[in-house]
Amino acid sequence: MRILRPLVGAVLAVGLVAGCGGSSDEAEVDPSASARGLSGTLTVFAAASLTDVFTGLGNQLMADNPDLDVRFNFAGSSALATQLTQGAPVDVFASANQAQMTVVTDAGLEDGDPTVFTENVLEIAVPADNPGDVTGLADFADPDLTLAICAAAVPCGAAAVQVFEAAGITAAPDTEEEDVRAALTKVQLGEVDAALVYASDVQSAGSGVMGIDLPEADAAVNEYPVCVLADAPNPAAARAFVDLVLSDAGREALAAAGFRAPSS
Amino acid sequence: MIPAALGVAFLVLPLVGLVIRAPWSAIGPALAEPEIGQALRLSLVSATLATLVSIVLGVPIAWVLARSQARGRSLLRALVTVPLVLPPVVGGVALFLVLGRQGIVGSWLDEAFGITIPFTSTAVVIAETFVAMPFLVISVEGALRAADARFEDVAATLGADRWTTFRRVTLPMVAPGIAAGAVLCWARALGEFGATITFAGNFPGTTQTMPLAVYLALQRDPEAAIVLSLVLLAVSLATLLLLRDRWLGRAGVGVGS
Repeated sequence: MRILRPLVGAVLAVGLVAGCGGSSDEAEVDPSASARGLSGTLTVFAAASLTDVFTGLGNQLMADNPDLDVRFNFAGSSALATQLTQGAPVDVFASANQAQMTVVTDAGLEDGDPTVFTENVLEIAVPADNPGDVTGLADFADPDLTLAICAAAVPCGAAAVQVFEAAGITAAPDTEEEDVRAALTKVQLGEVDAALVYASDVQSAGSGVMGIDLPEADAAVNEYPVCVLADAPNPAAARAFVDLVLSDAGREALAAAGFRAPSS
Repeated sequence: MIPAALGVAFLVLPLVGLVIRAPWSAIGPALAEPEIGQALRLSLVSATLATLVSIVLGVPIAWVLARSQARGRSLLRALVTVPLVLPPVVGGVALFLVLGRQGIVGSWLDEAFGITIPFTSTAVVIAETFVAMPFLVISVEGALRAADARFEDVAATLGADRWTTFRRVTLPMVAPGIAAGAVLCWARALGEFGATITFAGNFPGTTQTMPLAVYLALQRDPEAAIVLSLVLLAVSLATLLLLRDRWLGRAGVGVGS
C-alpha cells in the first residue's frame, strides 16, 4: 500500500487535469464547427511521401473544426495496406501507388471508387554543386560516376527500371537503395553524383539537393489514389478530408511539395 | 526453472514460427540462385574479415581497459561502446562523415591516392567491424579482469618483456574469452544491416550481404525472405556449432577445470 499510495495520487491528479481540460474545451464551442458538424477523431492512413502536405491539410481541417481531432499514420503504402486488410479502424486511405490501393479494394474495404488526386514522377537529384556534371538520364550509363537508384523491389526502383527501358539506357549504378529516402540521403551527403528519386523528394530535401527534370519520366508515372473506407468510424469527417485534398487548396499544397496534378 | 523455460520459449518461438511458415520446397531453388550464393559468400567472408580486424584492434583496446591505470579509462570505455547504442543507420552516416568521399579522412584518401571506400566490399567490412567490435572488446575485457594479473607480474619479474608476457601468459589465459567475444562479434557482423546498407550501399556481388538480400526480398515476396533468413540461420548455426566443438575441446585442455 505504501508504494501504491503515491501512484493512486498521481493517477487522480492526471484524471483531474484531464477532466478540467475536457470541460474547458466543451465550453468553447465554435459556431463554424457546429455548422459543419465535424467532431470526434478522424484517422487517416497515408503514404509516407505525403507527410508534410497531409499534416498541413489536417491542421487546416482541425482549425476549421475545433472539435475534430485528425490523426495520421504515415508509412509505406504496402505496410498501410497490410494493416487495413488486418482490420485497422481507419477513415481515409491515401496510397502512393495503384497497386497497394488494389490490395485494399480487392478486400472490398473501400466506400466508393478511389480517386487519383496527384501524381509523382522520377527526377534526377544531384548535390547542389553537381560534382559529376550530370545533365540527364544518359549520365546514368557512365561507369565513372557514383550513382544510386532504388532496388527494383521497391516502387521507386520499379519506376527507374521502366524509365531506363523506355529510354534504352543500360544503367551502371553503384548501389541499389532500399528506399527512396536512403537514395536521397546519399545525395545530401555528397557521396553519390546523382540518384533517381521522386520529384517530391527533391522538393523536400531543400537547398543541398538540386533536381534535374526528366522528360523520360513519363514512362513511369506514380498515381496516388485516395478513398474513404467502408467501415470508417467517422465518415462525415472522412469525406470532408478527401474533399479538402481534391480542392484547389489541396492541389496547391501538393504542387508546392513537388507533386503534379493528375493528368486524367 | 520456470523463468528459464519462459526465456527459452521467448527466444525460440519466433524461430519456430519462421520454420513453420517456410515454404520448404522453395529452399532448394533459392540456394541454386547465383545471387543468393553470392550474397551468402559475401556475408561469410566479410563477417570473418570483420572479426579478424576486431581481434587485431579490439584485444589491445580490451587490454588497455582492463590493465591500464590511466585516468580516462571510463571515458574510453564509454567511447568504445558507443556503436552498441548508436542506431546502426546513424553509424553508417557517421562512417560517411569520416571515410566518405566528402569525409574528413575519405576526402584526403580520394585526393592523395584516388581511393574511395563507400559502395565497395571494403566498406562492408568496415561497417561490420564498426558495429561488431565493441562486443569483442567487452567480452575480452571481462576475461582479462577475471584473469589473475599476478601471473603477468611474475612473468615480468622472471625477465619476460611486455610482449612476451602478453603472448605467452595473458593470451593463453584469456583465450576462451577471446573466442567467446569473436563468436559474438562474428554473429553480430553476419546479421549487420543498417550501417552496411547506409555506408556500403546495396549492389549484388559487391555489397549485398544476406541481411540486405532478405530485407529487399521482404519488399517483394515475404516467403522468399523467410527462405533466405533460414538459409542464413542454418549456415551460421552450423558454423558456430562446428567452431564450438573445436574450441570446447581445446579450452578443456587449456583451462583444465
